[in-house]
Amino acid sequence: MTSTVQTSKKKNIFVRFLTMNTSGEASGRELPLWRQLLLQLLTLFIAAAVMFPIMYVITMSLSSVSTRPSSLELFPKEISLDAFKQVLDRPTANPVTFLELLKNSFLLSFGVGLAALLVAVTAAYAFSRFNFKLRQILMILVFIPLLMPAIGLMTPLFLMMNSFRVFDCGGGMIAIQPFLSCASTGKLLFNLRDSLLGVGIAMISGALPFAVWNLKGYLDTIPKELEEAAAIDGADSNQVFFRIVLPLAAPQLAVTFFLGFIGHWQEFAMPWLFLTKPESYTLAMTLYNMTGQYANAIPWNRFSAMAIIVAAPVAVIYIVLQKQIVGGLTLGGVKG
Amino acid sequence: MAARTAPVETMRTKRQRAILPYLYLLPAFLVMSVITFYPLIYQVILSFTNFETKHLMLGMSSPDLENIGLQNYVDIITGGLPVQNFEFFRVLVYNLWWAVSNVALHVPAGVVIAVLLNVKGLWFKKIYRAIYILPVVVPPLVVATVWRNIFDEQYGAMNQVLTALVGLFGGDPVRIRWLFEYVPPISWLLPTGALPLAYYAMMIANFWLGWPFMTLVATGALQSIPSDLYEAAAIDGASNSQQFWRITVPLLRPAMVPAAVYGFTLSFNLFNFVYFMTGGGPARSTEILVTFAYDLVRNLRLYGVAAAFAVIIFFVALTVFLITNRITRATESYAEA
Repeated sequence: MTSTVQTSKKKNIFVRFLTMNTSGEASGRELPLWRQLLLQLLTLFIAAAVMFPIMYVITMSLSSVSTRPSSLELFPKEISLDAFKQVLDRPTANPVTFLELLKNSFLLSFGVGLAALLVAVTAAYAFSRFNFKLRQILMILVFIPLLMPAIGLMTPLFLMMNSFRVFDCGGGMIAIQPFLSCASTGKLLFNLRDSLLGVGIAMISGALPFAVWNLKGYLDTIPKELEEAAAIDGADSNQVFFRIVLPLAAPQLAVTFFLGFIGHWQEFAMPWLFLTKPESYTLAMTLYNMTGQYANAIPWNRFSAMAIIVAAPVAVIYIVLQKQIVGGLTLGGVKG
Repeated sequence: MAARTAPVETMRTKRQRAILPYLYLLPAFLVMSVITFYPLIYQVILSFTNFETKHLMLGMSSPDLENIGLQNYVDIITGGLPVQNFEFFRVLVYNLWWAVSNVALHVPAGVVIAVLLNVKGLWFKKIYRAIYILPVVVPPLVVATVWRNIFDEQYGAMNQVLTALVGLFGGDPVRIRWLFEYVPPISWLLPTGALPLAYYAMMIANFWLGWPFMTLVATGALQSIPSDLYEAAAIDGASNSQQFWRITVPLLRPAMVPAAVYGFTLSFNLFNFVYFMTGGGPARSTEILVTFAYDLVRNLRLYGVAAAFAVIIFFVALTVFLITNRITRATESYAEA
């Protein structure tokens, strides 16, 4: 009995939630049938309420009819992949392919997740393992941005990125603002603000403190004995970090990366503020365009297909990577 | 000689050891100084200026950029902005009410459903659990867009359900303008302005999104309550409701309070959901602080005002954090006691 409790404690919260045995057969009190039926009615009702929007969207996405739904259907009458095909073929009115949008979304979320992780990991190690003079102050400095909702730094970041521009001054001269500028007004070649790179850099600003926080929390739970043993055997601090700490922290590195990935996969505010060119739009922006003031023009079956496509990677990562995800979520609560 | 070199070497290694943590911190601080600390300072400077679209070309070196002191802050607080339908304190109160009312629904519902799923001998438990997790897994912006369509006046599922229900009694098709009706259904609810119909629509959608996480947390906590407690209580003649209020609720509290605090912070800054569902409308009546901040820079393009507003948001967030932190601490000591 105790052994089963032990193993179930080690499993992640999702698996525990799904598999735990709470029926308590051991104590052997039978549920009276009328109560069972009453409770079944209740649980069925909740299940129906949960499934309602999901079935609604799935049904619409599987319909080949592109008009708006005239009556409520929660079960697909036909299974047609037309809407998915159309979305993959030509997601918006702009001449942008689905692959480009996907690439933009992927590059942003992958790049930001990875960059934040790489920069954060050594800082997390320093905060977790060293005791130094300025530790307290530096930690407060790193974590103060966590208090701020992500929107909070958008204005200065927008203006900073916007001031980094490359001009063609004519006559083969190229000027990079803010360091150089043309004598007369030149032709704008590149605006960091209006590029995926600029958005990515701005997004790292929010991702980095979270990554440091998340990794430090995990490193704190790794016992120090291994590192001490390695130090006695003559390993220096760098060897300890690369040979012992990094391999031990690998699972949490993956979790931090994927949390960053799914977080920024859904990122909408910054790209929507920074980017103006349709070819650098992301999937989240496209989805917003499908519901915004232009929604009248968008067939609902394609909208539904798009919603499912945007949701799919997040749902898959959540389900596959259930492990510390709830712990990560609770940490993320500090950040808006 | 040999005895003398040893202390020198240890001093050198000592110095190296003292520098080492700073070396490890260097990359993060280099990056943060460019994209976090500098913008923070820049933001404060901006907030004292009248930076607008016309200054975008030349930035801070624009000739007509003025230092206007605290004017932006005064304008925000007193409603002197050139923005329609915006009063700072109404939005702040609405924002707080939005977060509190969400948590006040999600936590009890989450606990009750967790207890329901915990009933001994309930059939199909595993199926229900698998279904109940689904809302946690779907990204909020997709949830918001889908619910936005569900609340569509003409074609949305909500009105179609209601039409079907009313149709049973021979009523007319229902055409409730969920997200755009301005006249509030209950006019006395908040002192600073009534809640529009869109608020209730958003509460329904966010309820769908929010309770399963609370159930997840509560189920985990229910697991750690030893069953002998209930058996002992049953022997002593405690009824089911007495067991719930005297055993379940107090023992769930240490787990649910941090979850509630988390939910509160999340709802308070729920940008994507609000922006995708109503965009703060109708007439800014469902606007929260972060969506208004976004509107200031994205659509109104009043960069100086936006910077001042972000500074105000920072202090609101700090206050909220200090209060919630105290609440969490208080329950921690409760759990230890």
